[in-house]
Amino acid sequence: MNLVEEALKGNYRAIARIITMIENDSPEGIAMMKELHLHTGKAYVIGITGAPGVGKSTLVDKIIEYLRNEKKKVGVVAVDPSSPFSGGAILADRIRMQHHFLDEGVFIRSMATRGSFGGLSRTTKDAVKVLDASGFDFIIIETVGVGQDEVDVVKFSKTTLKAGIMEIGDIFVINKADREDADKTERDINAMLGLNPKKNGWVPIVVKTVATTGEGIKELMKQIDLHRDFLEKNTSFLYEKEIYKSEMEIATILKEKLFERALEKTKAEGGIRGYAEKVASREIDAYTAAEKILDTFKCCSN
Amino acid sequence: MEKKIKVLIAKPGLDGHDRGAKIVARALRDAGMEVVYTGLHQTPEQIVATALQEDVDAIGVSILSGSHNYQFNKIMELLRDKKLEEIVVFGGGIIPDEDIPSLKQMGVKGIFTPGTSTETIVNFVKENIHK
Repeated sequence: MNLVEEALKGNYRAIARIITMIENDSPEGIAMMKELHLHTGKAYVIGITGAPGVGKSTLVDKIIEYLRNEKKKVGVVAVDPSSPFSGGAILADRIRMQHHFLDEGVFIRSMATRGSFGGLSRTTKDAVKVLDASGFDFIIIETVGVGQDEVDVVKFSKTTLKAGIMEIGDIFVINKADREDADKTERDINAMLGLNPKKNGWVPIVVKTVATTGEGIKELMKQIDLHRDFLEKNTSFLYEKEIYKSEMEIATILKEKLFERALEKTKAEGGIRGYAEKVASREIDAYTAAEKILDTFKCCSN
Repeated sequence: MEKKIKVLIAKPGLDGHDRGAKIVARALRDAGMEVVYTGLHQTPEQIVATALQEDVDAIGVSILSGSHNYQFNKIMELLRDKKLEEIVVFGGGIIPDEDIPSLKQMGVKGIFTPGTSTETIVNFVKENIHK
């Protein structure tokens, strides 16, 4: 079967296969992304980030339910960290989303970070694109927020929900709001937000939810809609966001390619490791090593 | 990026004991594999739908309730329906020796009963998946 054609028709098997090819960095997968990119830009992407245990997966579960009642097709990309030791991963976000497994309008894919430093890896972004091209109305990215990850998910999503205290969220969700300290958390977040007013005109909102019971989900979805309206009315801001996102994508691919090229070019000297040994033994320094590697690009590159 | 073996660890049926499933999941992760775990009480339909969307190489099924003949049969049938026969299916739990031959005949590649070392299971998965 022609995977791209099938994916565009919404064939789950084809969608799943293409995402795997992208994860494995296969040239066929990349060729497919080139075709699929032209069909993207229709889905509304929601990024959800926050510390482990705050209830992101349960919240996603309830958002899926809400969107399915509205007859929207929903794609989910749930990202869990790879073990830095073994490179393996346990992907367990699905546990909270069980009753959508047999829903024909829901596609859930778990992905490991595979050591990508930027949090949201290129492969995650490509998985979102595959789902976008395949006709999903909404795509939810769920990722554990640690440092850079959080910032990355903002760059890539149109609406960002943040269950924590940072200035990056468009909407701040206080989940488990039935706990007694929820009001204090709300005051704290509002106080923080007062210190960081958003420049582009959107004032971040705090929403309280109890994801296990579904309380507050309707209000949350209303706020997501309002944010969407805001973006659609601020076309120049949305356009800038798209440009910025694309800029980041090009930069990521370029960095990877340049790094690969550098590995190739330095093969004779034992690769980056060869230089690293010299740096470790104080023969040269890391700046000089990097400059020397760059020098190999100078002439007659193919 | 290198290819990674991706395994779904599934827990069908009504028993609520997933310690074994979790131990296997962890062992496979420690061997560098990506393991999808979906929790208790999964139906064969849910298991196969998950395997399809996650595009896994193998499904490891843990059953302690005695319903293994039905569950495996149904899983294998659904995999055939969806043209996912290349997925390696293995299982473990409380499974009497006399049931093992018929399970193998259904297409289940390996059955691991109590006392099996996690190393045996890791090696089984590595040997049966060619990446």
